[in-house]
Amino acid sequence: MEHVIDFKNVYKEFDGVDVLSNINLYIKQNEFMTLLGPSGCGKTTMLRIIGGFEEPTGGNVLLFGENIKGVPPYKRRVNTVFQRYALFPHLNVFENIAFGLKLKKTEKSVIKKRVEDMLKLVGLKNYGDRDVSRLSGGQQQRIAIARALVNEPEVLLLDEPLGALDLKFRQGMQLELKRMQKSLGITFVYVTHDQEEALTMSDAIAVMDEGVIQQVGTPEQIYNEPRNSFVADFIGESNIIDGIMKADYLVHFAGNDFKCLDRGFNENEPVRVVVRPEDIEITRGIKDGMITGTVTSTLFMGVHYEIRLDGKNGFEWLVHSTDQFQIGEEVGFILEPNDIHVMEASSYDNVRIDDMEAV
Amino acid sequence: MKQALHKNKMNNPFVGSRAFALPYYAWLAIFIIAPLILIVLYAFTRTGSGGVTVLTMENIVNAFSPTYMTVFGRSALYALAATAICLALGYPVAYLLSKMKANRAAIISILFILPMWMNFLLRTYAWRALLDNSGIINQLLMAIGLEPVQFLYTGGAVLFGLVYNFLPFMILPIYSVFQKMDTSYAIAAQDLGANRWQTFWKVTVPLTKSGIISGITMVFMPAMTTFVITRLLGGSHFMMYGDVIEMQFLLMSEWNFGSALAVIMLLLTIIFMWVMRKYDKEGEGAALM
Amino acid sequence: MARFFKQFYLAIILIFMYLPIGALILFSFNESKSMATWTGFSTHWYEQLFHDPIIAEALWVTISVALLSALIATVIGTFAVIGMDSLRKKTKGVVLNLTYVPMVNADIVMGISLLLLFIFLNIPRGYWTMLLAHITFNIPYVIFSVLPKMRQMDRSTYEAALDMGAKPSEAVRKVVFPQIMPGIVTGFILAFTMSFDDFMISFFTTQGTTQNLSIYIYSMARVGINPMINALSAIMFVVVIVLLIVVNVRSTKKPKRTLQREY
Repeated sequence: MEHVIDFKNVYKEFDGVDVLSNINLYIKQNEFMTLLGPSGCGKTTMLRIIGGFEEPTGGNVLLFGENIKGVPPYKRRVNTVFQRYALFPHLNVFENIAFGLKLKKTEKSVIKKRVEDMLKLVGLKNYGDRDVSRLSGGQQQRIAIARALVNEPEVLLLDEPLGALDLKFRQGMQLELKRMQKSLGITFVYVTHDQEEALTMSDAIAVMDEGVIQQVGTPEQIYNEPRNSFVADFIGESNIIDGIMKADYLVHFAGNDFKCLDRGFNENEPVRVVVRPEDIEITRGIKDGMITGTVTSTLFMGVHYEIRLDGKNGFEWLVHSTDQFQIGEEVGFILEPNDIHVMEASSYDNVRIDDMEAV
Repeated sequence: MKQALHKNKMNNPFVGSRAFALPYYAWLAIFIIAPLILIVLYAFTRTGSGGVTVLTMENIVNAFSPTYMTVFGRSALYALAATAICLALGYPVAYLLSKMKANRAAIISILFILPMWMNFLLRTYAWRALLDNSGIINQLLMAIGLEPVQFLYTGGAVLFGLVYNFLPFMILPIYSVFQKMDTSYAIAAQDLGANRWQTFWKVTVPLTKSGIISGITMVFMPAMTTFVITRLLGGSHFMMYGDVIEMQFLLMSEWNFGSALAVIMLLLTIIFMWVMRKYDKEGEGAALM
Repeated sequence: MARFFKQFYLAIILIFMYLPIGALILFSFNESKSMATWTGFSTHWYEQLFHDPIIAEALWVTISVALLSALIATVIGTFAVIGMDSLRKKTKGVVLNLTYVPMVNADIVMGISLLLLFIFLNIPRGYWTMLLAHITFNIPYVIFSVLPKMRQMDRSTYEAALDMGAKPSEAVRKVVFPQIMPGIVTGFILAFTMSFDDFMISFFTTQGTTQNLSIYIYSMARVGINPMINALSAIMFVVVIVLLIVVNVRSTKKPKRTLQREY
């Protein structure tokens, strides 16, 4: 498929501080790409570079194969939904949405029709005359989306657009955004620090930290095969333990040898092992070959209990279980090969997994 | 720190082009900075024989001579007294305004600005008529059987005129700080067991410090250097610092010496600005207006 | 009781502020020239006023200088605030400190410093030097009125405009200006007021026949002020009050969008 956006060796510094280092990333046509990471990781800077509000210090950014260096924001075929919406307070809803069309000297009747279509799309029909400051956060959000989409961008950039909304609204809007993206058939680049949001909506996720892309892949790949401990830790809570790779498909940690699915490490190479809390199934009876521990806390989370175990070798395990356990109970569990994810002790990787597989 | 740095930059995109401010920078250079440099140059030079300009300390030394220091002292004393009275009268006004409903407070605060639309010379002149030996106030005093009082051409009249003219400049900055103040601090203080008096001195006054300092500056500097109010109400025998400067320039054409006197005022201004900037946390002169 | 005392206090202060104004207006209708004894009602000062060329000239100088200087200061000051936006904190601090100077500096020092400048540059003092001086002391009032509005403004609205296809100049015109407009208007009014009421700086930057009302009044004060001036001031004062009321009534009728956003 065609690449809509290409970052080629892009780096960016502010006052001598590296905000982005050596970014290589492509975004495909009609893809919902999420840039995910903690605040200050550089994700918003990447978005602003696409939008034309920042220039990279080095490297190139291609939009539809063309270098966009020096092209001002108003000449780019992308539009942005800003973090706090950035609606124009002195204009009403209609005037806000019509802003871009008026600048392009679009005919009045056309403007009217397209603004009304947009209002319908975001579910705010008949809101044209309203004052934007009197709208709720969720409504302002929709107007911001309508205002961007009315310009028929080929790429829509969204900067934590749901950050200011209540949890309930947020979930509704997530589905709606996804639906809009599919029905409009345009590329979305979405910035968020919320991993759940990223996992629900995206076709692809780029996890970032400290100005570096840590991993790129589908939500499943990112979740199931985190490339390093940062990704593993950032995408859902994880148990991350130091271990040693004894041989291909055999890893040693927590005092035991375990079969695993990973290979290609050096013999006795130090590694990190990731075990998802929901992959651990604890039982009361203790058998041979089990990891054992004492329950130190349990917390009901609605669907499951979040249980902490004090392991025999001093490691604290985090476990999700639908069964209830008492504090002080002795429990144990077995790990199957596909519960275990082995990663290099320190590594990052910004090559997309689908590229790797193609090799 | 590293994160805070660029986070801040990213969330504060800048508007417009720097070139927009160029006319102002030019204006600053020509009409603010250059004239002040000229004053300093004049203060430290004199025109010697044959029209040659020579460097000298004599003007400055002269400005510090007892004659002029006495005038300086007198002006400073009057200005200080006027400032203190304005603060004592104005602070309660600002406080009361801030306690009012927004609409009412807006109207009354306009009432304090409105007099500025009638020329201050004229208003001061009107006081002269009112306070005159045969003026309305003395007529009233005599009507109720009291002796007429000599108001005009006394120190009291000068002080009165200064307070009258500069009171709004004390009220407005303090009021504007009160308006921005979070009243929950005072409530919190009372909640913690402070009585009203303690709350006022320990919480309210410190929180309005920036307004008080702006107010003091806005009253003291003009009060110190006016020559109009003193001449109208004090007559000719109240020689003030402003009179001396004016005379050096317009009567005696002693520009070098006049500049030396002005340099002393300039130093005072710099001290005030330094103090004011220290308390203006927002750094944008908010307290001045 | 406390409530009564508070109201009483405000009333006393307001009476103190308005007593001379009341006296001026009252005695502008006095038949004689006196401002102490009432000799009978008359409007002849008002009639004479309109035939006095000197007063007409001084009034024209005052109003035209106030309007022009406020207008020019508003333009320079507003653009200065926008242009200063992207300055580093330290540089901005220096510029703002310099902007403070005319506000804090004693008027007399500013007056003589400009006097020296005009002499130095060999510019004859008159109407134009007065105008330049008034622009100089007006700019800071505009800057410090616009600056807080600029700070309150959501900066991303400017970027949103660019994003929607506006050139930077269009974005400033269509998005930034409307949002900082209340500050611009306040700045203009303040500047006009300051210029209108100025004596000290005008006094040092003009010479000879060019005089505004302040200078004219000052020159008359020694010999006694002609009640025509009282009449003129009374008219202007009433005009200002009427304007204020009109503006207030209009603005309460219109919903204030920009104001609501601030809270």
